Amino acid sequence: MGKFGKEFVKGLIITNPVFVLVLGLCPTLAISTSVGNALGMSLGVVIVLLGSNAIISAIRKFIPNIVRIPIFIVIIATMVTIVNLIFHANFPDLYESLGIYLPLIVVNCIVLGRAEAFASKNPIVHAIADALGMAVGFMLALLMISSIRQTLGTGSLSVFGFHFFTLPVLGKHPITIFILPYGAFLVIALLMALFRRTGVMKK
Amino acid sequence: MNELIAIFLGLVLINNFALVRFLGLCPFFGVSTKLSNAVSMGVAVTFVMSLASIVTWVIRHYILIPFNIEYMNIIINILVIATLVQIIELFIKKTNITLYFAFGIYLPLITVNCAVLGVTLINATENYSLLGSVAAALGGGLGFTLVLAMMSGIREKLELANTPKVMKGVPVAFLTAMLLGLAFLGFGGMI
Repeated sequence: MGKFGKEFVKGLIITNPVFVLVLGLCPTLAISTSVGNALGMSLGVVIVLLGSNAIISAIRKFIPNIVRIPIFIVIIATMVTIVNLIFHANFPDLYESLGIYLPLIVVNCIVLGRAEAFASKNPIVHAIADALGMAVGFMLALLMISSIRQTLGTGSLSVFGFHFFTLPVLGKHPITIFILPYGAFLVIALLMALFRRTGVMKK
Repeated sequence: MNELIAIFLGLVLINNFALVRFLGLCPFFGVSTKLSNAVSMGVAVTFVMSLASIVTWVIRHYILIPFNIEYMNIIINILVIATLVQIIELFIKKTNITLYFAFGIYLPLITVNCAVLGVTLINATENYSLLGSVAAALGGGLGFTLVLAMMSGIREKLELANTPKVMKGVPVAFLTAMLLGLAFLGFGGMI
């Protein structure tokens, strides 16, 4: 359990994919307008990352080195297609609001990056731990950004229809820029600066 | 014709790939430190995007839709892009070695650029015609090149500027992108 735990925890903070490695920015910024979207996207990434890391780690000894990248991409694309079909069938609203960003998990640098840097060299259990850690780290970052953007940009916070709170003044006059694409850049820049200031994440 | 111009201009100025749709952000922040690199990357991306749009359009309309296997879209698109990038790399290496060295590492990197896969997926969901797909690819690519060049010009100056320690590097680049995006917001009413 020691090694498993270590591989899991490192993805959460020390090598957090979004804030430290600065990977997978496109979905992070594009769909962080609401917490619901962020959760949906994270679920997609968790499934794809787990599946691809486990499969690649299991067959790593049979993959010829020279064609490894195309093989990784086909495995990842297959996992993404599966996730796409599942979302389309079970969560049609979420599927609509994620739009092209759900299929774009194929070219998410986190997934291919972990396949190349970790899963192709390590046994299957560690690859799963690594995938879980990275995916949860990604989810944490996404939740942080999306909750800030949704709260300030709409003045209230509600997830999948559950209403949490409405801010007193902002509820009537929300700061719309946080919902607009430009707000995403602002929030992630300030969060990164904050983490560096407090020394939680060192680059 | 009007429709084609609307698609093209809309993607260059209003729904800019990097600033509004958040496509191709990794090279946007990774490559945009030198102006010359940014321009080679942008041109290479635009070229691959246009070719990939044509090929995926043909495959989609003559194979995927007739055989009712549209769910294979993602796998086919990424394979087409990866193959195209390989072929272009070989072709340029044989015919124009200076261009090959000018593109350098950026050519193989295009495979995992989400702007390229993004434009093929947008063509499919919006159901553009063949010419419409090409207009979307050219518009998206040109818009991407434009902001990449602007961004790198700004970042060359930014290196010398006296930024706060915690904001150095990536965070201040994000803020620059935000201001650039706000400036592009002004084009919103054009179409």
